[in-house]
Amino acid sequence: MTDERIYLSTDTPPAEPAVLVDDFTPSLITQANHHLCPGCGEPIAIRAAMEAIEELELAQSTITVFGIGCYTAFAHNLDVEVVQALHGRAPSVATGIKRMLPDGFVVTVQGDGDMVNEGLQEVLHAAARGENITCLLLNNGVFGETGGQMTTTTTLGQRTKTSIEGRDPHQHGHPILLSDLAATMDGAAYVARCAVNNAGNVARTKRYITRAYESQMAGAGFSLVEILTMCPTGWFVDTLEGPDYLQDTLAPVHNIGELKTP
Amino acid sequence: MSDRVLLEGSEAIARAAVAAGCRFFTGYPMTPFTELLEHMAALLPEVDGVCMNAESELEAVGMAWGAATTGHLAATGSTGQGLSLMQESLSEITNARLPLVVFNMARGQGDYFQATRGGGHGDYRHIVLAPMDVPEAVELTRLAFELASQWRTPVMVLGDYYLAHTYQAVSVPSIEGAAPEVPDWALNGSSGGSGSAKIISPLGGGVEGEEGFDLGAHYAACAAHIQEMSAGVEPLVDIGFCEDAELVVAAYGSVGKFVRYACLRLRDAGHRVGYVRPITLWPFPSEAVHNAVAGSTKVAVYEQNMGQMVDDVRLATMGAVPVEFIGGPSWDHSGFGIGPDINVPDISERILEALK
Amino acid sequence: MSTITIRGTVVIDVEACKGCDLCIDACPPRVLEMTDHEVNTRGYRYPRLLAGCTGCQACAQICPDFVFQVYKYDTPQELPLDESSEQ
Repeated sequence: MTDERIYLSTDTPPAEPAVLVDDFTPSLITQANHHLCPGCGEPIAIRAAMEAIEELELAQSTITVFGIGCYTAFAHNLDVEVVQALHGRAPSVATGIKRMLPDGFVVTVQGDGDMVNEGLQEVLHAAARGENITCLLLNNGVFGETGGQMTTTTTLGQRTKTSIEGRDPHQHGHPILLSDLAATMDGAAYVARCAVNNAGNVARTKRYITRAYESQMAGAGFSLVEILTMCPTGWFVDTLEGPDYLQDTLAPVHNIGELKTP
Repeated sequence: MSDRVLLEGSEAIARAAVAAGCRFFTGYPMTPFTELLEHMAALLPEVDGVCMNAESELEAVGMAWGAATTGHLAATGSTGQGLSLMQESLSEITNARLPLVVFNMARGQGDYFQATRGGGHGDYRHIVLAPMDVPEAVELTRLAFELASQWRTPVMVLGDYYLAHTYQAVSVPSIEGAAPEVPDWALNGSSGGSGSAKIISPLGGGVEGEEGFDLGAHYAACAAHIQEMSAGVEPLVDIGFCEDAELVVAAYGSVGKFVRYACLRLRDAGHRVGYVRPITLWPFPSEAVHNAVAGSTKVAVYEQNMGQMVDDVRLATMGAVPVEFIGGPSWDHSGFGIGPDINVPDISERILEALK
Repeated sequence: MSTITIRGTVVIDVEACKGCDLCIDACPPRVLEMTDHEVNTRGYRYPRLLAGCTGCQACAQICPDFVFQVYKYDTPQELPLDESSEQ
């Protein structure tokens, strides 16, 4: 049965006059191929974060501080300066950098295991202290790098390799809503939560990240953007089901929206 | 008129650190380290430096890590347990090839192994300097910042309650001098967008010619650096009266000063006693110790703990001379490391006992 | 003779694709379709482009592997519906 669908050529740029509006990777991602799983949401979030740095012309004053998780694979793929920190400690490392380079632009990149498990004390103290840095939390509700174990943001009923029958509050306790917690800190100037499971949310993520950056540029104090990301491997779902799983499992608990603005 | 001033050890060390160019300090209050934090908090703003009262030791060493990546001289510190909380970061800072000075104002001498064996995970060593009193601490603080920058590594100054809280007349360089130039490996964001932005990482790729994420290659390079450092750093040791000594007594730090004085007095009284006081606890002055004890019939090691440096002295003598431990833990009710046995008469008695 | 308006097009780095399907649902005019049998050298299926792209960049923004270049035509192209053939 021949394929009647007519597919257009997508090997080479169009012959007709056209404007290139998107060129594979943003210029601040130097190494496109990475080893993160098919359908992973983290590269999408990191792309948005790098595009916003480029658009705000911050590339030459930016220092990113990476936590430890799947996204650590990107620490060597970026064309902005990077400090690789220990699991959970990025907000403290970022504090030391910002205090010595007040004109520098400092952004942490962390996962939920990194920030809400290991480094909860670091991020909350940085928020309470009003440290003028931007923390990005890539929240997929599991430890992705080690194969999908429960974290503090895993939602009730969510199955992981350490909550096989679903997270049970009596045994596993309740999820921590990091952005809501951070928003209660007087030192926090901008706190928002978004997701990358559809094009609309990706655009929203880009907007929120840009506003967080602008808050730091204005010296308004601590800013945090929590980005819900897909982890089909760690969720044991097909890549195609990732976006809906996020919508049905994480988003109802970790609500999307701006929680605090300057 | 001499330029000496009567200063508390903690203040003298703080002034020496700032004079050496330290521009970032952080710590968490803990006796007897607290006063060093207080003096740094008072001094650093005078030179546009930053001192932070961190919310925990974990966060303190993290902040120092960040400050160090900007190429400015950074330091942190604590007491015993506080250092335990910092060990994970100290190990990784070593692999990230960052200069950092760490002050352990210890309680007693029980932290010798933690300091000299690399208290954190993995295969690494730190340079450890052990002053016996305030004037020596001023000099060793200057040296610590110099070695940290030269070798791009953490350097520890191992003090204690006596050092931190003893007032002594000491000459300290002015803190007005400019801080050293920021090295070119340091970060300030400017290499962003250049196609080869800098990265500082304990996982590699932070040093010339090192590609990222070849952990094997990076750890091998770190090991080579440690070996080069252990050969390149001059071991410091204070030796006296060993030429004709029958018994050589080994001790370090403030306790070493008591032991040294006891030996001087016993020498005056005609006893053939010598002393060896390691100042760099790592690299340990093995060769100097070996030569110093070669002519004696016995070595006695005095420490305010259950015996830790005694192992290194045994390794240095390699069985050439018997090595006996004559020290021991000594605590008053405060538990801050003030030892009732740390006095010249009691120490002299133990040395005489060992002479028999 | 009816035509279909095409405002943009994409270049697809087939080898970079890991076959995750995210672009398929993300594409508003639904003009991306995964191959059935063809796979790249890593064994992943990959998207192909039907007529009707608007150059909106949704595919590029959601692609975790940066597989897309997106172009917007200076003037929209009119593709005859029946004689359209693989360019």
